[in-house]
Amino acid sequence: MTDFLGSLPPTLRGWLLGFAHDTSFPGDTRLFAEGGAADRFWLVRSGLIALDVHIPGRGAVVVETIGDGELLGWSWLFEPYQWHLGALTRTAVEAYEFDAPQVRAAMDEDPAAGLALFRAIGDQVIGRRLKSARTRLLDLYGPRSFESGPAR
Amino acid sequence: MTVLAPRASVATVPVPYRVVECSAESADTATIALEPVGSPLPAFTPGQYAMVYAFGVGDIPLSVCGIDGHRLTHTVRSVGATSAALRSLRPGTRVGVRGPFGTAWDLDAASGRDLLLVAGGIGLAPLRPLVHDALAAPQRYGRLNVLIGARTPGDLLYTEELRRWRDAARTLVTVDRPDATWTGDVGVVTALLDRAAFDPANSVAFVCGPEVMIRATARELVHRAMDPDRIRVSLERTMHCATGHCGHCQLGPLLLCRDGPVVTWTHAQTLLFVREL
Repeated sequence: MTDFLGSLPPTLRGWLLGFAHDTSFPGDTRLFAEGGAADRFWLVRSGLIALDVHIPGRGAVVVETIGDGELLGWSWLFEPYQWHLGALTRTAVEAYEFDAPQVRAAMDEDPAAGLALFRAIGDQVIGRRLKSARTRLLDLYGPRSFESGPAR
Repeated sequence: MTVLAPRASVATVPVPYRVVECSAESADTATIALEPVGSPLPAFTPGQYAMVYAFGVGDIPLSVCGIDGHRLTHTVRSVGATSAALRSLRPGTRVGVRGPFGTAWDLDAASGRDLLLVAGGIGLAPLRPLVHDALAAPQRYGRLNVLIGARTPGDLLYTEELRRWRDAARTLVTVDRPDATWTGDVGVVTALLDRAAFDPANSVAFVCGPEVMIRATARELVHRAMDPDRIRVSLERTMHCATGHCGHCQLGPLLLCRDGPVVTWTHAQTLLFVREL
């Protein structure tokens, strides 16, 4: 998890917040579903949101949670602008909400700010989640095949 | 560079202990409490380990996860013949115990600072006595954070205690694979660091878990400007003798059974990236 806003240079932070409006959701609210139009994104100020995938026979399986300070949603950056995962609030959530087409248009109009935001999302959001997913692929806490260390 | 010195007094001959309590933690893991049948071993310190002998099967190193007078508590996961035998012990059974072995966490050095305990899987076991000590003397330390990662909710250790810890410390838990009942965090344990309440410039971290998780956690902490000398990690290699003679647990210049398992990240970081080690 990361304080995404805090990681941005002040000018970029101010630029991005110029497109934000406050919003809140009660717990157990579906913000978006897999395959839906990725026309918004959020910066979570407080609360917990589950990212899920619908698996036939198992329902919505949670793959990760997003919490305070994190950016929710990056599918809006890339065509075809459809969500890869679903998102369901686990608790009451307060967030900044952004209109994705508006921010994309602003990134095109101001390429320097657009590139800086793109890099920040690549590093702080996409990169971190890729690292996290790869680490979990290792099944670190799974059963071991030997018993000659004291702790694990 | 701080080198954590091993304690001098150890027993090299197994001393008889009796199982006085055992409780299942999960399908493959149990916690056993042992009391001496006769003279006890010298006092253990959190972070150290004992060689616990299941008679007729073998002995393995087990960290102490509870120290109460002469009573020792260990959590053991069944991954082989000896650990399976120890996990299945019932009250009244005798075992042989050697120790104390290895270096300790050295909580005293953290006096006045925020505490950050990061555990992955059964790595919570050796950190448990630190939580006990910190909760027993909260005025000695800053803020206490306990961050725990587990494979599934069913693999979480000490679930009753976790509820109590949450009342007294910032205790955050995440799992890799949630079940339908899990309403908490899902993801890697390092993702919890941003929600921990600590000042990197005035904190001491204690990290135990799989080595990849230790590396990821320590890197994140160094990235946040924490002094590597104040990051303490518990490492392991194949330990057999526990006395630094057989060499199976060698990691570069360290014999981890004697010079570890607890070392500072300053000491560990270069060694863990040498492929030949």
